[in-house]
Amino acid sequence: MAIIIDENKRVIIQGITGREGQARCRLMLGYGTNVVAGCTPGKGGQEVQGVPVFDKVAEAMEHAQINHAGPVDISVVLVPAKFVKGAAIEAIKAGVKLLVIVPDRVPLWDAMEIAACADKHGAQFVGPNTLGVISPGKAVVGMIGGRAESAKQWFKPGSVGVISRSGGMSSSTAYYLGQAGIGTSTICHVGGDSVLGLRFPDVALMFQNDPQTQAIVIFGEIGGSMEEDLADLMQQGKVTKPVIAYIGGKAAKEGTRFSHAGAIIEGGKGTHAGKVKALTEAGATVVDSFGDLPAATKRAIGHF
Amino acid sequence: MKIHEFQGRQILADAGVPVPAAAVIESIEDAATTYKQVVNEAGLGDQGLAVVKAQVHAGGRGKAGFVKLVRSPAEAEDAARFMLSNKMVSVQTGPDGLDVNKLLIAAGVEIAHEYYLAITTDRKSRRNVLIASAEGGVEIEKVAAEKPDAIITEPIDPLMGLQGHQARRVAFALGFKGKQVSQAVRIMLNLSRVFASKDCTLAEINPLIVTPATTDHPDGQVLAIDAKFSFDDNGTFRHKDIQSLFDPTEENAAEIRAKKFGLSYIALDGNIGCLVNGAGLAMATMDIIKLHGGEPANFLDVGGSATEEAVTEAFGIILSDPQVKGIMVNIFGGIMDCAVIARGIVNAAKLLGFSVPLVVRLEGTNVQAGRAILKEGAMDLPTLQAADDLADAAEKICQAV
Repeated sequence: MAIIIDENKRVIIQGITGREGQARCRLMLGYGTNVVAGCTPGKGGQEVQGVPVFDKVAEAMEHAQINHAGPVDISVVLVPAKFVKGAAIEAIKAGVKLLVIVPDRVPLWDAMEIAACADKHGAQFVGPNTLGVISPGKAVVGMIGGRAESAKQWFKPGSVGVISRSGGMSSSTAYYLGQAGIGTSTICHVGGDSVLGLRFPDVALMFQNDPQTQAIVIFGEIGGSMEEDLADLMQQGKVTKPVIAYIGGKAAKEGTRFSHAGAIIEGGKGTHAGKVKALTEAGATVVDSFGDLPAATKRAIGHF
Repeated sequence: MKIHEFQGRQILADAGVPVPAAAVIESIEDAATTYKQVVNEAGLGDQGLAVVKAQVHAGGRGKAGFVKLVRSPAEAEDAARFMLSNKMVSVQTGPDGLDVNKLLIAAGVEIAHEYYLAITTDRKSRRNVLIASAEGGVEIEKVAAEKPDAIITEPIDPLMGLQGHQARRVAFALGFKGKQVSQAVRIMLNLSRVFASKDCTLAEINPLIVTPATTDHPDGQVLAIDAKFSFDDNGTFRHKDIQSLFDPTEENAAEIRAKKFGLSYIALDGNIGCLVNGAGLAMATMDIIKLHGGEPANFLDVGGSATEEAVTEAFGIILSDPQVKGIMVNIFGGIMDCAVIARGIVNAAKLLGFSVPLVVRLEGTNVQAGRAILKEGAMDLPTLQAADDLADAAEKICQAV
């Protein structure tokens, strides 16, 4: 099993002919991802590393139906930030149900429009500003791992799901778990922006329903309410698998507040202490130091 | 990106939100004439009430004495003299305070009632939300915490924008009556329109007021007295007009210097400088320094694709802080090449010299080459210690300072 991505999912890359698109295509193909097509308007008919390129997502969809026995499952969006909204909405309207939006610096407003469009069409997305998702030993979408050789070296398949708000630390967390003999089912970097597609609670529910995953490791950060929302799900009994968490930013200076609006809307959520309290009360193991995650995870899943 | 109050007022006025007459001055000499011009424009007479406000991004102006009510040209000039020749020190500026270069002189208005009105992003629902309260003015956060029912929120559909019926619901819930309702509705709709069209992340009017009844305005007038705006940095590329409102004098000089090299730097109060790749790792590094009893002097993320020059510059920025008594370098190279970091360290040693202890932990991509470069440069790096992992590095640097 694993979540979001595996070797059978049909994947397209929007922006495949660009520098990023080509580099990440190499990673995905090299790691075993089933990349069935790419899209770049005006470059239809070309090929990138043997992958056919289409002008429109709808054409890629048709190609997948005819030649790969089913629709496109995931589109990895690798176009420049200012073109992300157009690309994402095109994919959603063409019927793609899951997008991985890699670029950073996507305007907040565009992310909100993408979210509204996705909700309307029953689609979901990871990101923006995400390194992507990898299910070790199966497939990767995005750029997590950098190159196929390093991704193969760093990540070991296993039974722990990783969810992270930090790109670098999603890899590091899985790497250190691997060094301690703990493999991972799927590693998901939800993205670093304030408006995101899949959030901690959404991904945690996917792990809850995934038979391969036995425990969930979280790299959280101060700000927002994703950690608290996950704690709520645990309190409601919707996430029952062990959760082991590290929340970064204990040492960060409390931001001098410019306005009251943010404080009103978040209702006191977002602090380090508040997140640790919410997760601990919900039954999660919260470690003080990032380096303690592997040992705490071992204890939580019961092999000492 | 934040802007000044006077710039925010202009945006409101351009969007059709009424604001009292006002003008900006930069010199003491202009205070008296500008005062006269503003009170006359507002029809208040020669000794009319006006307010002089320092134009800085930091809050706490009122308590610091940088917002003053004046009733004559002489009082306006005194207020201007005080604000333009003293540094403003408030809870938000730090003990050194900051220079004030611009003042807003605004016509005073009589207030029958104060309200709070804002639009900001709600991360959880992934849309913008209109927030309003009839208990505006001061301490709105206290109101929100103690009387949540006094806060009215209305989500804004990103595809449709704020709708008239939503604004009317809020206006009635705020207790507006008679002609106030259509005035308030227009303000909300105009505010939400400008919010959307300029890629705002915050628009706050605190207070929004109603003036007492007069013969001309039997229901009073609804006006915006203060304006706070901030903008999505990722969206400013499509707004040349907003870019031009950027005031570099309001930013930390070291942070601007860092930005030029693609570095993300935030100054803190401690004495251990940090150089890290990745924001998450930078945060974890600061946390572990604190866990070992140290205090981080900064947050510095060199990113994943920093050049040698940027790394050298990063050390320059860290060492320019006189409080720094030691530096910890923590690199876990997924994308970052350890050799680039190592060359940056050696260059910085040659250019600047490290007299303070330096603890380096390198791991990941091209780490062998990185370590070899440090070994070759050992002559220039007398204070260098290598560390095996994060905990080891934190322990070493905390002991060394």
